Amino acid sequence: MPRIYTPKVVTANALIEGDVIYLTANDSWTRDLSSAEILTDEAHAQLRLLEADSRQAEAVGAYLADVKPGKTGPEPTHFREDFRRTGPSNYFHGKQAQR
Amino acid sequence: MYRYSDFDAAFVASRNSQFRQQVERRIDGSLTEDEFRPLRLMNGLYLQLHAYMLRVAIPYGTLSSAQMRQLAYVAQKWDRGYGHFTTRQNMQFNWPKLSDVPDILDALAKVQLHAIQTSGNTIRNVTADHFAGASADEIADPRPVAELIRQWSTDHPEFQFLPRKFKIAITGSPNDRAVTKAHDIGLRMVEQDGEPGFEVIVGGGLGRTPMIGKVVREFLPRADLLPYLEAIVSVWNLLGRRDNKFKSRIKITVHEHGIDDIRARVEERFETLKPAFNGIDQTILAGIEAQFAPPEFRVAPTDAYDTAYANDPVFRSWADTNLAAHRAEGYAIVQVSLKKQGETPGDASAEQMRLLADLAERYGHDELRISHEQNVILPHVHKSDLPAIHAELKAQRLATANIGLISDIIACPGMDYCTLATARSIPIAQEIATRFDELKLEHDIGALKIKISGCINACGHHHVGHIGILGLDRAGVENYQITLGGDHTETAALGDRTGRGFAADEVIPAIERLIHAYLDLRDDRSESFLDAYRRLGADPFKAALYPEKQESRANAA
Repeated sequence: MPRIYTPKVVTANALIEGDVIYLTANDSWTRDLSSAEILTDEAHAQLRLLEADSRQAEAVGAYLADVKPGKTGPEPTHFREDFRRTGPSNYFHGKQAQR
Repeated sequence: MYRYSDFDAAFVASRNSQFRQQVERRIDGSLTEDEFRPLRLMNGLYLQLHAYMLRVAIPYGTLSSAQMRQLAYVAQKWDRGYGHFTTRQNMQFNWPKLSDVPDILDALAKVQLHAIQTSGNTIRNVTADHFAGASADEIADPRPVAELIRQWSTDHPEFQFLPRKFKIAITGSPNDRAVTKAHDIGLRMVEQDGEPGFEVIVGGGLGRTPMIGKVVREFLPRADLLPYLEAIVSVWNLLGRRDNKFKSRIKITVHEHGIDDIRARVEERFETLKPAFNGIDQTILAGIEAQFAPPEFRVAPTDAYDTAYANDPVFRSWADTNLAAHRAEGYAIVQVSLKKQGETPGDASAEQMRLLADLAERYGHDELRISHEQNVILPHVHKSDLPAIHAELKAQRLATANIGLISDIIACPGMDYCTLATARSIPIAQEIATRFDELKLEHDIGALKIKISGCINACGHHHVGHIGILGLDRAGVENYQITLGGDHTETAALGDRTGRGFAADEVIPAIERLIHAYLDLRDDRSESFLDAYRRLGADPFKAALYPEKQESRANAA
């Protein structure tokens, strides 16, 4: 039996602001993980990553991050991705302050 | 203080203008990230977890009030109103926009600051004893030599593509406050038969493979410094491993070849290089030294200080904890703590930076220092001004009396900011400091250095903390390993790992057990944590950290 593929999102940092962005199903970038496109097929995920990588003037360092489906969209499975979608814990700066 | 020559100013301006064009080309799409990355790193610009980070060099940790004010201006205009002082005496801005960075660099250049060689595989900012030129225990001010090294190493054509980064630290005092034994090269000023020179230490470093540096030359005459440094770096440049990033630092080269082999190669190279230095470096050094002439110290009564010290217990506690002995009669070195319990170690707001600049201008011969322990120093203050300074510091939450105590923690930015981090450091530092403040034990515990890193790269110097804490990712959970008995001074030592790591919510109780064990075990108040550890060994402290092991042993018996 093939290995079960952990769902992914494409994430990167925005070129100008450097903040965390995610690729949506309609090819736009979102600042909000819950609006990101969940990728459940490995081949499709690799293709989406290549497409994201080609958008050099918008995004830096695109990669696939593990997620799990939640009530309001994808949720992080690792604390690093949880911090990336939130901001630092010592100040109310970053994403948490922009909501 | 050193003032830029026309050459320096033109060099920084031209570099800034090149970088401005590079940023423009990146934004308009003519440069890819792979092409742009090495260019931005040459100019101190990183991309972190949530934003870009700009690392500004503070050469040998020395700032004027105008420079500190400009850092405050940058923090307020282009960042989020604060900056972070690092363990290599730099300042990091955590939120600049790429498109603003050229303007930031131009603003910094106006006060002779830059971000050149604060990143990349080059010779980095030279760090120095933060008490340089002020301390009572000093042979000579190391900063003119540090400035000479900066000029030699900046844009040095042979050393722009080294196997890895290269860090130099220098101290003029036998009491090592510059961590010279944990640098690629550590320089300690010494004298031999009345002649000034250096003990040269090579191959120290922390990180994944921590090493205490080894003496490569016991006495190097002062005039031979640059050719000798050039010999060391060029030997390593050829010998250092480029096949494996984790084995590329000079500490590994020294370890693999042995110090005797390295010494022989360096001495041979030195003989070749020495004639090429025809004395111009010494002429330049003499010019630099003139700019570091000590300020004209005032002779005045210290009555105001004596009165406040006798009558105000808060002032007295601050004075006892935060002042250090100055070489001039009636003067003191003021250490301003950026470690108020619960705050982020090393962070200063723009308002705090402005106040520090004002105080330096009014009372401190216009000088400030940044320590590798992430505090700010006013190196030259007449004691009669201390009560006024203390009052103003209090108003900006800068009068915490905790220098060298348990809440004076070094912490790297950790996973709150850094892409390399495997766990957070800042919240652990905040919680330890807050907890021991609540217990009111801090002053009773006495001298104690806790150092926290959020990954094995050890920016938080955990290996040389009396108590070191290393944050790791263990199966997707933050986990903290504790080391004991480290020492960053002239008696440098690496801490010993105690055993299994602790989950985030177990760390503070573990540290509490450790501290209570120390309080029970010490001979008396004069025996510090480190002294007690050295006398007793690890066992009683491990027993306090891991009580469950003791129980299971007791049950088995």
